[in-house]
Amino acid sequence: MPARLFLEVVDPWVNWDWLSKHIPLVLDALQQHVALSAIAVIAGLAIALPIGVAAHRWRAVRGPALAAFGILYTIPSIALFAALVPYTGLTFVTAEIGLISYTLLILARNVVVGLEAVPPDVLDAADGMGYRPLARLLRIELPLALPAIIAGVRVATVTTIGLVTITAVIGEGGLGQLILKGLIESFHTPLVVATALSILLALVADLVLAGAQRLAVPWSRGA
Amino acid sequence: MTIITRVAQWFADSAHWSGSDGIPRRLAEHVQLSAESLVIGALIALPIGIALGHYGRFGNLAINLSNVGRAVPSFAILVIAFQVFGLGDLPIVISLTALAIPPMVTNSYVALREVDPDVKDAARGMGYRELAQLLRVELPLSVPLLMAGVRTSAVQVVATATLAAIIAGGGFGRYIIDGLAQQDYTKLFAGAVLVALLAGATELSLSGLERLLVPKGIRLLKAPVAVRSAEVRAVHV
Repeated sequence: MPARLFLEVVDPWVNWDWLSKHIPLVLDALQQHVALSAIAVIAGLAIALPIGVAAHRWRAVRGPALAAFGILYTIPSIALFAALVPYTGLTFVTAEIGLISYTLLILARNVVVGLEAVPPDVLDAADGMGYRPLARLLRIELPLALPAIIAGVRVATVTTIGLVTITAVIGEGGLGQLILKGLIESFHTPLVVATALSILLALVADLVLAGAQRLAVPWSRGA
Repeated sequence: MTIITRVAQWFADSAHWSGSDGIPRRLAEHVQLSAESLVIGALIALPIGIALGHYGRFGNLAINLSNVGRAVPSFAILVIAFQVFGLGDLPIVISLTALAIPPMVTNSYVALREVDPDVKDAARGMGYRELAQLLRVELPLSVPLLMAGVRTSAVQVVATATLAAIIAGGGFGRYIIDGLAQQDYTKLFAGAVLVALLAGATELSLSGLERLLVPKGIRLLKAPVAVRSAEVRAVHV
């Protein structure tokens, strides 16, 4: 063992010197990571919200929609990215299609669960007050479903931020690029920094959304 | 020629069904890595989750564990384990095990908590000792939710075992990683199909196992249990 010590240059887990010289590289990866995640969750919500509402309203939509999203969710992300590459190449689009697909089940299911939990008395009262179906949906049902929907957005966001690192394999990746760099060059610093930032980003996003939930649903604050 | 026909030809080629890079060998590697990790993970996670749920202690810890677990990128864990433990199956099994633990702890905790307190009181009143009550009353009632956790972990482990190819592991991931490196999109697509099929088969076989394990008495209550477990999964998993 002692003989090896003379030959090996020990690579520390974080080389602060390298890090201080490569801050722009890290920030660039972080920015790309945020963009990939944010677009995926926002687009996912834009798709899942109407489908979730339709699934709540019509039983016939519910089974097939949730089953289709369930199958998408079961397909391992890397397999989905790989299957898309022959069609859309090693591009941002491939990464986004894969990432969006993953958010759909989580978001749509929480929209349905949230709408389902609206008390029937409230719906009766709304009907009695003369709400039309669309107004009832927008002003009564969706606001009451908001806690469940935001809970879904939080899970989807945290999951997506983790999955983005995998898109490094198809040339995207945000912080995943730094993880791959650490692997290829057997250099610990980018690996450790990117992992820490990815976890931190997920936790911060979760906290921000939890805060947004408190602001958006003031009536549940006591609960 | 479209990619689909080329992939069909790839599957029809007998060369891809034998040898060290053949489908049977890669399947065996993938299943072995996943099964080892899942079993080790279950042996660690289930006793912890069951004990916490039974005593109703450290609920926040049990539930937040899977939230934190979700925030940790599995790709990064694999690469870090590779840097620490070097080549071989050890870093892969260690990372996959770490990944498998949180959903099983959370779901087994929630499963035990969800057991109706009246049922527990009744068991106590009938003279069950604590251990017998846990083994014969609480656990059978917890099977559906508990198995949902095992299923979630299993599908995640099978999915992530694919990434093991990046750190020179075996399994179906080899086709995907090698296909990308060689720009052989036929191999890449075939690998994606195989991984997706294996994940689907894992989900189905564990659902089958779950059906076998659920006692007859609560199979009759299947509908409400399914709804409840869907809610728990929607919010926590």
